[in-house]
Amino acid sequence: MLKLHNISKTFNPGTVNEKKALSGVSLHLAPGDFVTILGSNGAGKSTLFGAIAGSFVVDSGSVHLDGINITNLPDYKRSKFIGRLFQDPLKGTAPTMTIEENLALAYMRATSGTSPFSMISRADRASFREKLAMLELGLEDRMDHPVGLLSGGQRQALTLLMATLVTPKLLLLDEHTAALDPATAEKVLELTRKIVSENAITCLMITHNIPSALSLGNRTIMMNNGQIVMELAGEERANMTTEKLLKAFHDQGMSNDRILFSAE
Amino acid sequence: MISAAVIMSALELGCIYALVALALFLSFRVLNIADMTTDGAFTLGCAVSATVAVAGHPLLALPAAMLAGVCAGYITALLQTKLNIPSILAGIITNTGLYTVNLAVMDFSSNVNMMRTETLFTLLQPNLGSFYKLVPVALLTALMGFALVMFLRTRLGLSIRATGDNPDMVRASSINTGFTITVGLCISNSLTALSGAVLAQYQKTADINLGNGMVIIGLASLIIGETLMPRGKTWMKALGAILGSILYRFIIAIALRLDLPSECLKLISAVIVALAIGLPTIKKALKPAAKGGNA
Repeated sequence: MLKLHNISKTFNPGTVNEKKALSGVSLHLAPGDFVTILGSNGAGKSTLFGAIAGSFVVDSGSVHLDGINITNLPDYKRSKFIGRLFQDPLKGTAPTMTIEENLALAYMRATSGTSPFSMISRADRASFREKLAMLELGLEDRMDHPVGLLSGGQRQALTLLMATLVTPKLLLLDEHTAALDPATAEKVLELTRKIVSENAITCLMITHNIPSALSLGNRTIMMNNGQIVMELAGEERANMTTEKLLKAFHDQGMSNDRILFSAE
Repeated sequence: MISAAVIMSALELGCIYALVALALFLSFRVLNIADMTTDGAFTLGCAVSATVAVAGHPLLALPAAMLAGVCAGYITALLQTKLNIPSILAGIITNTGLYTVNLAVMDFSSNVNMMRTETLFTLLQPNLGSFYKLVPVALLTALMGFALVMFLRTRLGLSIRATGDNPDMVRASSINTGFTITVGLCISNSLTALSGAVLAQYQKTADINLGNGMVIIGLASLIIGETLMPRGKTWMKALGAILGSILYRFIIAIALRLDLPSECLKLISAVIVALAIGLPTIKKALKPAAKGGNA
């Protein structure tokens, strides 16, 4: 369903700041795949997401989603099919607008046929309420509150709901729980698992947490220096432990600095 | 000290200029863009309105001026979204170009006299008695304010509001921010031009310099309105902009009563805006100093 072919991207070419962020990355995802991505800082994980979501033009290679070539499609057109969450909970919502208005915006991905002058209907409101109740955060009773008043965890849960309100073909999660406290992170991760499996969403998730990378989803890839250096699936992945993985990192000649990974 | 006539004219002018305050509410507060097209768009509205009224169509003059304002806003938006010119510079470029356009609209004369021209107000004078100026401008402003608030609740309006709040999120909702900025600037400049259009007919003259400093006057009104309505829903903020504009006119009327030369008004407006926008920073800077004083 997602087909990356030989993607390369260099930032600031020809300057002292030249950074080869991706070199020849190819990746195939089957429908319903949930792939976790590991890699140290600067390995190219977020750049890979940028290439998929269309944040920049890639230097070479192609991106296909569901058989359609989206390599040259601008980001706002791709977001019709691709949902994306960032580490920063502030990035996904409009703070001065209410919860209801934020959801209405997210819902527009599905309603491109309706008049731009239509307003939030009673039916819309009822369905937003129902979806918010699923988060079990009590947000359904605060729909007219500005999102800026919510906590980081609540905002990230809301962003997750917004990204999946209209079921995307592909969901990109860029360390979306890293800025939250452990209990909230666990809750948001649980919600992610629930929403992704209920809607059978194809998903890519970047994480620094090895146990959750191995326990969530059905595949794990590891990146280093802008390349995919290891891929785990099936039995090999099932038998993998944090210790073995760190050793594998070391054997690959990569930094296995524990600071970069959380082994708990 | 202040006569009924002074109050009346402050109310009338307040309602007319409130359209600029509403326009800046949309561009400066909602979209988060300091739109320097305002001065030129205001004069453009004056010029189009005067020219069309002189040609014998005082009512048609208002939508014509609004359409001209849409065009001015569209050019600024185009410079900004398609050519990636910084928003302030884009407005200044359009504003500069508009000077020539405005002169051309007025047939390359720096003013148009409408003393013997039928206007919106002379048409209504027989029916409305001494309120023939206040009633139409108050209704027009109320109507435009209401339309703007309702528009901001539509899907398109929501995406415009979100564009000023979090453009990343708007793109993630599959909406082109270039499009929302363009629509927002077109609407805001049409309101500014409408304000100029009504003013030209109100004072029976159009002048190439009428729009000078309009962006500052509009911002001053908007900020006065925000102190009246510090927080709340969109409709309260829009109402605040209208009330702020009326209050601003009263402040000016009082200043003139105190024999302040009218040449000083722009300086006063500039000081009001600088102080009001800088207030949060000034407060912050004073706070630690006050603490130090206590210790």
